[in-house]
Amino acid sequence: MKPLPQKIILALWAAAMLAAIAVIAQTRFIADLSAFMPKTPSVRQQMLVDQLRDGAIARLVLVGIEGGSAEERARLSRQLTGKLARDPQFASVQDGDAATSERDQRYYFDNRYLLSPAVTPARFGAAGMHQAIQDMIDELSGDAGLAIKPLLPRDPTGETLRIIDQFGGDTPPRTDNGVWVSRDGQRAVLMAQLAESGLNTDAQARALDSIRAAFSALPNRSAGTRLVMSGTSVLSVASRDTIQGEVARLATVGTVLVVCLLLLIYRSPMLLLLGLVPVVSGALAGIAAVSLAFGHVHGLTLGFGTTLIGEAVDYSIYLFMQRSDGAHPSGFWRTIRLGVLTSIVGFAALLSSSFPGLSQLGLYSISGLVAAALVTRYVLPGLIPAGARLRNLTRFGALLQRVFDGLARFYWLIAAAGVLATALVVVNRDTLWNHSLTALSPITKAQSQLDLQLRGDLGGNDTRYVASFTAPDQESALVASERVDAVLSRLARAQTIGGFHAPSQLLPSLAMQAARRSALPDERAARQNLQTAVAGLPLSADKLEGFLADLRAARAQAPLTRAALAGTASGMLLDSMLIKRPDGYLVLIPLRPSGEGAHGDQIDLDRVRAALGAARLGQVTVIDLLEETTGIFDSYTHEALILSGFGCLAILLLLAIACGPRRAGVVAFPLVCAVLCDVALLHLAGITLTILHLVGLLLVVAIGSNYALFFVSDDVGDTRKMETSLVIANLATVMSFGLLGTSSVPVLSYIGSTVAIGAFLALLFAAMLARVRPHAHPV
Amino acid sequence: MYAHRVAKPLAGLLFLLAVTAAHAASFGMPDLMQMLSQQPSGKATFVEKKTLAVLKEPLESSGELSFTAPDRLEKRTLKPKPEAIVLVGDRLTLERSDGRKMTVSLSDRPEAAAFVESIRATLSGDRGALERYYAIALDGTAGNWQLTLTPLQARMQKIISQIRISGARAQVKTISFLQADGDRSDMTITSTAAR
Repeated sequence: MKPLPQKIILALWAAAMLAAIAVIAQTRFIADLSAFMPKTPSVRQQMLVDQLRDGAIARLVLVGIEGGSAEERARLSRQLTGKLARDPQFASVQDGDAATSERDQRYYFDNRYLLSPAVTPARFGAAGMHQAIQDMIDELSGDAGLAIKPLLPRDPTGETLRIIDQFGGDTPPRTDNGVWVSRDGQRAVLMAQLAESGLNTDAQARALDSIRAAFSALPNRSAGTRLVMSGTSVLSVASRDTIQGEVARLATVGTVLVVCLLLLIYRSPMLLLLGLVPVVSGALAGIAAVSLAFGHVHGLTLGFGTTLIGEAVDYSIYLFMQRSDGAHPSGFWRTIRLGVLTSIVGFAALLSSSFPGLSQLGLYSISGLVAAALVTRYVLPGLIPAGARLRNLTRFGALLQRVFDGLARFYWLIAAAGVLATALVVVNRDTLWNHSLTALSPITKAQSQLDLQLRGDLGGNDTRYVASFTAPDQESALVASERVDAVLSRLARAQTIGGFHAPSQLLPSLAMQAARRSALPDERAARQNLQTAVAGLPLSADKLEGFLADLRAARAQAPLTRAALAGTASGMLLDSMLIKRPDGYLVLIPLRPSGEGAHGDQIDLDRVRAALGAARLGQVTVIDLLEETTGIFDSYTHEALILSGFGCLAILLLLAIACGPRRAGVVAFPLVCAVLCDVALLHLAGITLTILHLVGLLLVVAIGSNYALFFVSDDVGDTRKMETSLVIANLATVMSFGLLGTSSVPVLSYIGSTVAIGAFLALLFAAMLARVRPHAHPV
Repeated sequence: MYAHRVAKPLAGLLFLLAVTAAHAASFGMPDLMQMLSQQPSGKATFVEKKTLAVLKEPLESSGELSFTAPDRLEKRTLKPKPEAIVLVGDRLTLERSDGRKMTVSLSDRPEAAAFVESIRATLSGDRGALERYYAIALDGTAGNWQLTLTPLQARMQKIISQIRISGARAQVKTISFLQADGDRSDMTITSTAAR
């Protein structure tokens, strides 16, 4: 019968498995935001991806030190900062110490003639100088006079103030004992910027461990002090750890449960081991296939590994239980083949998804199922020992038959439930879906609470609005930043926006620096202009020798480079806004809402875009990160809906072709009802649906169609055996997915609960509707 | 009816006697704080003169002050440049002449807190708030008192060496800030409306 001898098949199988293991051993497993990012993004989406990967937020680790006394926290904060500052894993570490803020102040004061946006030739003529000094004196008489006073002798035109004006509206963190502290003073806070870009979770995990190790090794640290951390990297490492931990736990418990169930039924360790062969083969093949196709495997995909247990184990259950006298009924393999095909068609729809997580899942499921089915068909039968006997389940089968027969009388209930569910879904179609990406995030409440607190402590509101563009080199990036700055400054004065940070404010382009330098008068002219300028002012020129000396020095000063900002907080800010990439520079300009009026926390981006467009800065993309994230998610959901729709349609078509339209209808009807009731039940339980629920529903269709196919099939042999095997398979499925449903990782629990409910309903409904023959055999 | 008509002047007389008696004994912090705290709100104009070593002549600015018990203080400068400081509770808002506003929390700025509390706590008669930041010395009589505040915080001492406040009864007349570098600012306050 068999075209290939068993030995060759076994050898082929073993070789394939070894190859899969070899591929998996080389595989990189990731668990970051990339699964949620579109493969072919629009410009605005690309911006979002860039922001998440390279932006200031992504690379920032917020660190808090709690417990102990304020003095001890301050000391630990300083020591930790000192240690981390020497660590190449961090681009910069800031704890708000006086030395750093002095470096910042020094940078702005020392380089004020290159940095001040007010520097023009006219400002340093006699009249311009007179006005500038008059303004400075007026400011001196005001409330800030005390703070300004030290500047006057060397900066009588107030350039330092003009620089600081650009940053107006920022709320710096609170300082105590010389370091940043939280608003309530109970926690010392510092921030570290990772040198690695945001996406490499392994590097992030190592850097975070370094912080923990450095903290626990600090000398004279009292036992009550502790370290808390947050930031994008902390959250993604935590979510990876959670996913990995959960996957391991669920896989173990799921396997144990299924093993127990099978042992109970098979009463044979041998059959049990054999039954797991297709499952393991399928999982290995699935991971290897994803790894080969995508170059990496996402943790989420791995998370679904457990779901394969549920489906692949069914095949061996059918195989063992429907066997009689060492052979299978003629229709058996045809039914299995059709079942596998429908599943493949369903999952194939996912392959083309632009949501990388979904396309990975599609490929994983298809290759896993094909492998499991092939192994069940060709490898497993040859491995079954001749003497292997299942315990007699005839009585159980007979009981089951009576139950099914009884249930079949209530077939109209299903139609009613289907109609009710449809009505519910249609009426609530607007509240059915969850539009937030965070719905899938495995971050705990406590973690996001801490994240919010630490961000608040450090004075950073979440960056929601960002203007961004790319440039081939640093100079052109800075020149463009200066042009954007000019537009945004106008918008800030008009209160369209509250304020912004631009890299050129911290490091002007070389061209701008040269222009400002050449605006400064030579020493003779400066002296003369000053003499004229101070006439009528309560300030005599002889107190301003320092000013003239500084002007002279500025005229001879070498241009500023990034290096001049080393060790300053401003340098850290610059790094987050002017980002070097392999193909040039990415500039991110955070915009702050005005805070005035009814919608003070929002920016009218259309006006910003229009103003930028009018200044021929159309290449600058302005986005609302919140809206964009929601938008991406919505488009995923929309796409997933269409794809699953196509998937279901393809399954119906396949069924219609394989067993005729009438029978296809008989198979499909209970399935559709099961899916609708599943959705309705989830909705009634207060769960808003996500993409993962949709995937769960597709799984329901894939698994459920198998049940119905067996019920409608004419030649499956002993129907009692067949029905018993279906119930056992269903039990295994409901158990393993129900277990997933208890997971703390939303992604897993969504799929788990959806499939557990749906698979059970699918079997129940199929048993009530699709059993074509009246089973009146005497026992 | 008769008793009621007599009661009011009598109470006033008794109060006067009590005050005189206290004055005769010695005018102390509790008395001053008591007097000040009974003035729930007031409006005044101010003239502030800043004497700075770097300038040939003092700088003068003027404007309006208003205080509403317990914790709202507004200093609105009209000349030479309009600007304002509004302090409500813990929030200090600076309004610049170009319309820009900046709000800070006092608990974030210990120095700023010390600075503004010297005025606000004095106006509201809040001894506790004053003593949190300053060593206090009181001289004179109820009709002419001088309060001398010396900062306790080292960081504040580097900026301000002493704050001198003088007044008559519940009216604050002058506030002088003596800066650590010898510069000073003197504010003269003229009450326009008091309840």
